[in-house]
This record gives sequence, C-alpha cells and structure tokens, in this order.
Amino acid sequence: MNIAVLSGKGGTGKTTVSTNLALALRANYIDCDVEEPNGFLFLKPDIEKTEQVKVEYPFIDDKKCISCGSCVEVCEFNALAKVKDDIILFQKLCHSCGACKIICKQNALSYKYRETGRIDKGHTQDIKCIRGVLNVGEPMAVPIIKQLLNNVPQGINIIDCSPGTSCNVVNTIKYSKGAILVTEPTEFGFHDLKMAVELVKTFNIPFGIIINKDNGEDNIINKYCKEENIPLIGNIAYSKNIAKIYSNGDILYNNDEYKKLFEHMAGNTLEVLKWN
Amino acid sequence: MELVVLSGKGGTGKTTIATALSELAKDVVRIDCDVDAPNLYLFYKGVDIEKKDFYGGKKAIINEYFCTKCGKCEVVCKFNAIKDCKIDTFSCEGCGACTLICPEKAIKLVKGKSAETFITKSDKGIISRAEMSIGSDASGKLITFLRNNGKRFAEKDTLTIIDSSPGIGCPVISSVTVSDAVLIVTEPTKSAMEDLMRVTALCMSFGLFIMICINKCDINEDICKQIEKFTLEKKLVLVGKIPYDDTVLKSINELKPIIYYKDSTACDAIKEMWTNIRKLIY
Repeated sequence: MNIAVLSGKGGTGKTTVSTNLALALRANYIDCDVEEPNGFLFLKPDIEKTEQVKVEYPFIDDKKCISCGSCVEVCEFNALAKVKDDIILFQKLCHSCGACKIICKQNALSYKYRETGRIDKGHTQDIKCIRGVLNVGEPMAVPIIKQLLNNVPQGINIIDCSPGTSCNVVNTIKYSKGAILVTEPTEFGFHDLKMAVELVKTFNIPFGIIINKDNGEDNIINKYCKEENIPLIGNIAYSKNIAKIYSNGDILYNNDEYKKLFEHMAGNTLEVLKWN
Repeated sequence: MELVVLSGKGGTGKTTIATALSELAKDVVRIDCDVDAPNLYLFYKGVDIEKKDFYGGKKAIINEYFCTKCGKCEVVCKFNAIKDCKIDTFSCEGCGACTLICPEKAIKLVKGKSAETFITKSDKGIISRAEMSIGSDASGKLITFLRNNGKRFAEKDTLTIIDSSPGIGCPVISSVTVSDAVLIVTEPTKSAMEDLMRVTALCMSFGLFIMICINKCDINEDICKQIEKFTLEKKLVLVGKIPYDDTVLKSINELKPIIYYKDSTACDAIKEMWTNIRKLIY
C-alpha cells in the first residue's frame, strides 16, 4: 500500500513525518521530492544501487529530413523550431510524447535517450529507502517520480511528496491508496491545506491530517478538521528541541519520547487509512 | 529591476521576507509565482482589477460517436492516459499523439483552463497572482505570463519582487530566467543547506547575481557558520542574517507584514538587510 505524505505548503514537516513514520511502521521510505530530496539525510541508508533515469528525445536524420516543418507544427511543447532549413530541438522542453515521429512522412525521426536524474536504493534499520534525484537544471521531475513509483517494493510504502499541489504531487497521489496531509497551525498552512484537501478528494482515497508545530491551543486546523469531518492522525507539539534535532539532521525516532509519539501515530494511520 | 526570492527548501521564509522587502521598497510590483501555494496576497486586502482565464495546455477528447474502439490511441499514448478508449484528464499531457494516430479522426485537443490569473490592486501596489485549477500544471508558461502581466505596471524605477516556489524544477526555472538578481532565503538546518547547494548551482548555471539570506539564523549556530563558509567559497553575497523571532508567526497569523511590528528583532534585521540589498541592486 502506497501512502502519500503531502502538505501544499512547504516546510510543514512532510519529511519529518515520512521518515519517522516509516520507521514506526517498519514501512519502506520513498522520497518523491526529487527536486530537493532530504529524507536520506535523516535515515542515512547505505546506498546499494543507483540507476539512471532517462527520457527519450527525437533525433533527426539529416539525410532523410526535407525540412517540411510538420514536426514543428505538431509539437505542443515548442520543443522543435524551424530556423531557415534547419530543425532545432530544445531538449529540455521535450515531453517524449512521440507525436513528431508519428507525423514525419520521411521517417527521419528516431529517438535517443538522455539522463535527467537518478534513483538511489538502500536500507536502514531493516527498511528499504529509495529516492529520486533530479539533475540540477532539468525542469521536469515527473519522469523520475513515475520511474520511482512504477517500481515500488511490496508492503507499505511511505511516499514523501514535494511541496505544492500541482503535477509533481498529482503524479504521486495517482499511485497511492491513502494520504497523510501534514500541516501547521498558521494562516499560510491552513490556506494551502485546503488546496491540498481539495486535490486529494478528487482521487477518492482515504486521508487524514497531522498537525505539526502544534501550539496546543484550539487552532484553525482543529476546527477545520471537525467541520469537514477529516480524521486527525496526530499532533506534533511545537518544540525548540525538535527544531534543534531536525536542524542537525538527526532522526526524532531515535529519541524515546518521540519514538512513542510516532508509534502512536503509526497505529492511527493504519486505522484511518484502512477504514475511512 | 527584478528581484526573485527563492529557497530550494520550502518553509524557510520566502514569502515573509519577500513581503517585508516589498514594503520597504515603496515603488514596487509584487508577483506571486508560487502558484500552487500562493500566500503573498493574503497580506493584502486588495481588489481584483483584472481577471483572465489561463490555458496552459490542452487535453484530448474522444468523440464517442466516431470512435470504433480500435485501441490505437491507447497503444500510442506515452502517458497511460487512455484506457478502454476513455481519457484520464489528470494523466493526459495534451501532446496530440492520439489525435494523429486515430484512423477515424475521432480525437481532438481542446484548450484546458489551468488557472485564473489576477491583477490585484492594494493600497501598497499591484500584485500579479494566479489561482490554479485543482490538479493543474504549474507550468513555466503560467509563471512567465504572471511575470509579464505584473511587469506591465512597472516603471523605470519600480522594483519587481517575485515570490518563487520551493524546488529547482520548471516553475523555479521560469521564475529566475532573465531576472536581475536573486535572493536565496535559507535557514541553518542540514536539509536547507543540502537544498541551498542545489538551488545555488541552478542560479549559477544561469549566471545570475546571487544574494543569500540566512533566516532563523540562531537556531543552529554551527550550521549557520557552515552556510556562511559556503557563501564565501562560492563567492556569493551574504546580505542578511535574520534571528528567529516569534513575532514573525504572530505577523503571519495576523496577516500583517513583519515590518509593522516595532519590537521585532527579525524586523530590524530585515531592514538592515534591505539597506545592503539596495546598495547592490541599484
């Protein structure tokens, strides 16, 4: 079962929750925040295998190409341009859709591969850890997310999503059977949480909320959960100690007090996502 | 003059700082390029003076009347967006490959509305922003549109401040290209430092003028020093170190920019940072 951990707003604690919950559940950890992956910093797995992520791009055979420009016209992503008699490709705009090859009547197009990122696989404390890493300068994270999620291990997989609510997150939730939304009790957190809830609801999967940096008062998130009938999986109290541990790249789960907290939330997670 | 505020890592304080700087700069246009989690406009009670639908991409539609269920479209689709001759609009990337292969010409591409864009007028100036349709693409095209839409209101001496999104992918790349300067807001945590290195590498590859701000600088002095060392090594300019200040949280929850809180240590540090930035960008 894939459980997506998302938030809308950045910095609410997705990675904190994902890494610690994975340990508490003895579940695999999959870092899909491929633009800025941080999970391995805390889990410190031994990396056993690295595979490249490659995408296709069109290669034009100059001997066959008659510069008719049909491929340019048909490309919806402006990845091809006609400059005088030359067809030029902007590799990073190419979505590898294959439309240009279909339209070419001269059979002048074939495809080559280029690397846009990598996937690292390893182990820590008996759980599998996998992450995607986008190469700096590459615009598209989705091919890496897809390769990650098309090859997940058996069992429960905690999927650490990127911030936001657009295509990176959509392409992660698509592969998930449940979701955990991590938020913070601030106006910004609340505003973005509502967007994330709306997104998750379109996928019809069970979900629950974890309130991080909780100030203990009856806050806007608590009220919202009650009004909307959204199950609360747990709260992580606002704590300078937690902030310090986090800042040093240390895992909260190694501390007994926090270990109990995450084990309690692990139980709630299974309950909420199974029965909702 | 166009200044982009970014971070790599989410939650370091981009919007707080971008908003504070925009208050100090006086003649300013604000552009919120963090389109899937836009927070900047929350600080301002403005009036939407312009509203436009934005069509970022297309989606394929199958006309069932002509469809013979041959399945050729499903085979050709690289995004697994077609099953049993039905299109999954979340997966469809609007490439049109299916429209080319269909022997009955039963498929066409239609423009999909991905966002509503706004020009919001507040008593502190113009904000260019967007409200995305749920699940839409935060595409480079939308970000580019927001930048250009806001810049229509910028005059010769206006400062355009762009609040960017976290990450280093397409939306961030579209926010920074062809800008005059970037301010990377980081924090002294190992995560933020890991992300800082990647977003710095991105900005350096574009040859941008890079300034660094260490927000919440006193939460970990060791890592703060490591970031300062990194800044020196890469020959970047450290323009400010903002201490952790509970007043910032108060300002967010009261939806009032931090510079209005007179006893705030963060406010004082941001003002000092603005003095440094001003000397560099003007």
